[in-house]
Amino acid sequence: MTILVYINSSNHLAKSALEAVTYAKKIGGLITVVATGSVDEATLATLGEYGAEKVLVDRNVSTEDSQQVARLVAKAAETTGAELIIFSHDLVAKAVAPRLSVRLKAGLISGAVDVPNTSNGFVVKVNVFSGKAFGFVAVNSAKKIISLLPNSFQPEKTGSVCTVEAFDSESGSSTIKIIETKTPEGEIPLSEAELVVSAGRGLKGPENWGIVEDLAKALGAATACSRPVADIGWRPHHEHVGQTGIAIRPNLYIAVGISGAIQHLAGVNGSKVIVVINTDPEAPFFKAADYGVVGDAFEVLPKLTEAVKKFRSAAH
Amino acid sequence: MKILVCISKSPDTTSKIAFTDGNKQFDENGVQYIVTPYDEWYALVRGLELKETLGGNLTIITVGNATDEAIIRKALAIGADDAVRIDADPKDAYFTAMQIAEYAKSNDFDLILTGKETINYNGSQVAGMIAEALDLPFVSLATKLAINGTTARMEQEIAGGIQVVEANLPLVVSCAKGMAEQRIPNMRGIMAARTKPLTVVAPAAVEDLTTYVEYKLPAAKSAVKMIDPNNMDELVALLHNEAKVI
Ligand SMILES: Cc1cc2nc3c(=O)[nH]c(=O)nc-3n(C[C@H](O)[C@H](O)[C@H](O)COP(=O)(O)OP(=O)(O)OC[C@H]3O[C@@H](n4cnc5c(N)ncnc54)[C@H](O)[C@@H]3O)c2cc1C
Repeated sequence: MTILVYINSSNHLAKSALEAVTYAKKIGGLITVVATGSVDEATLATLGEYGAEKVLVDRNVSTEDSQQVARLVAKAAETTGAELIIFSHDLVAKAVAPRLSVRLKAGLISGAVDVPNTSNGFVVKVNVFSGKAFGFVAVNSAKKIISLLPNSFQPEKTGSVCTVEAFDSESGSSTIKIIETKTPEGEIPLSEAELVVSAGRGLKGPENWGIVEDLAKALGAATACSRPVADIGWRPHHEHVGQTGIAIRPNLYIAVGISGAIQHLAGVNGSKVIVVINTDPEAPFFKAADYGVVGDAFEVLPKLTEAVKKFRSAAH
Repeated sequence: MKILVCISKSPDTTSKIAFTDGNKQFDENGVQYIVTPYDEWYALVRGLELKETLGGNLTIITVGNATDEAIIRKALAIGADDAVRIDADPKDAYFTAMQIAEYAKSNDFDLILTGKETINYNGSQVAGMIAEALDLPFVSLATKLAINGTTARMEQEIAGGIQVVEANLPLVVSCAKGMAEQRIPNMRGIMAARTKPLTVVAPAAVEDLTTYVEYKLPAAKSAVKMIDPNNMDELVALLHNEAKVI
């Protein structure tokens, strides 16, 4: 199969980009990557190690403008004769992949968690009902698009560096103007985090988040929260996880003082391992947990942070 | 200002998710449908706020069967002026988006709003597809939206930060948390909704690009392992040796 993978890394190759190329490699075929963003050529060439034969890069396309990016990917698909186009299911993909689906009349699978099954057509497993179930979707069109859920496949190196070519997609000028970008220093974006420490109303007030942040820092984890905590302004909205917040699937999710309401679980039940810390042994979250601690967050968290620090310093 | 807000139904967030017909159909037995929260809380309410300050008209549109009129009346009760129902089963995102685009083509909307995704299929596809079909710019997952003349200014959450962008109308925007606060319809709104215009439109012919062939529930979790709150070293050791996540 001829496959095209779109990536949009800005200053380094995001792990999700490496995952997408690895995923293409697992499907098998001739893999071309089409890239936007400012990652330098030498770094782009390392995509060959994950299975790419060639990287095409167009530095004149603005990642924010889904129209421009869709034109670029469509042209690259035409040039390479791609039958399958792969995205990582991030903000850019969520804007571009649907446009491309219309442009190419290609069936789009969003949130894929496995490689396509081609034993009877082309069927892909996806997350549906906010993580409460899986769906199996058949693509009926000749051209196909898959947007891969991050953290479904780990990057694997199998080859060596590949060539990088400039690609002029002549995709016009951007209709979206960037006014400002605010990125807080040193924070790990929740969607990319492999380890997450999350806290809820059990923490009693915003002034008590120090113990949550201490644990997150000791682990190198991102912080998250339950909906009421974001709604009353104890924590920023972007930390709200769940059915109506963001859905995450880290390797480790530590939930502190969160009851485990069904809407909360919907956003986190894709996590590989769940640890629940709660004073109430009857808290529903324990049913979804791998490890549970019945105890007061204010006592347990500092102890856990100490234990993590001890472990980390022994490991190095 | 002419605003179109796309709404869809989702099973109530507490619904038990189950399947029938050999795991081929979602089991609707006992399921209560609601307006998808993102559509209602963010797209619709922000649309209404803009209409209230700038003047104009707000139309809601849904692709669905006659049974979906309950969610239409709810959206009208919250404040939409009129409604359109494309009379068809929303088979997939492409089908749904093409129906809405077909209607929008002949109605010159300045702003088309959707929620960020449905909470059943979570595809986040419809808005981008509408934008492409209408050849309009599209801003996805906006958390703020202000209009100044013919320019829209939006905020989006990007990996680990916030980005402020501008685009000209007409424009398609998908709305995420931060846009607006939920509005509870009052009695007057509910009464008024009964007589607001609802147009039923026959669907256009659209091919099926995708088909759901089967569903599956995730495997049940094995029993939770309880750890003594005074022995956090054990928890860390288990996370390292057994779970292998740190
Ligand atoms: C349509 C809809 C959508 C929703 N979407 C979401 C969503 O996306 N995300 C979400 O999170 N919620 C969502 N909710 C809300 C959800 O139903 C719950 O109300 C919410 O998750 C509860 O938050 P919480 O666990 O922080 O608070 P609570 O339910 O109040 O739980 C607090 C927990 O802390 C424990 N606790 C108290 N003191 C301590 C202590 N000292 N140490 C340790 N533990 C302690 C308590 O035992 C309790 O279990 C939604 C609700 C609706 C209706």
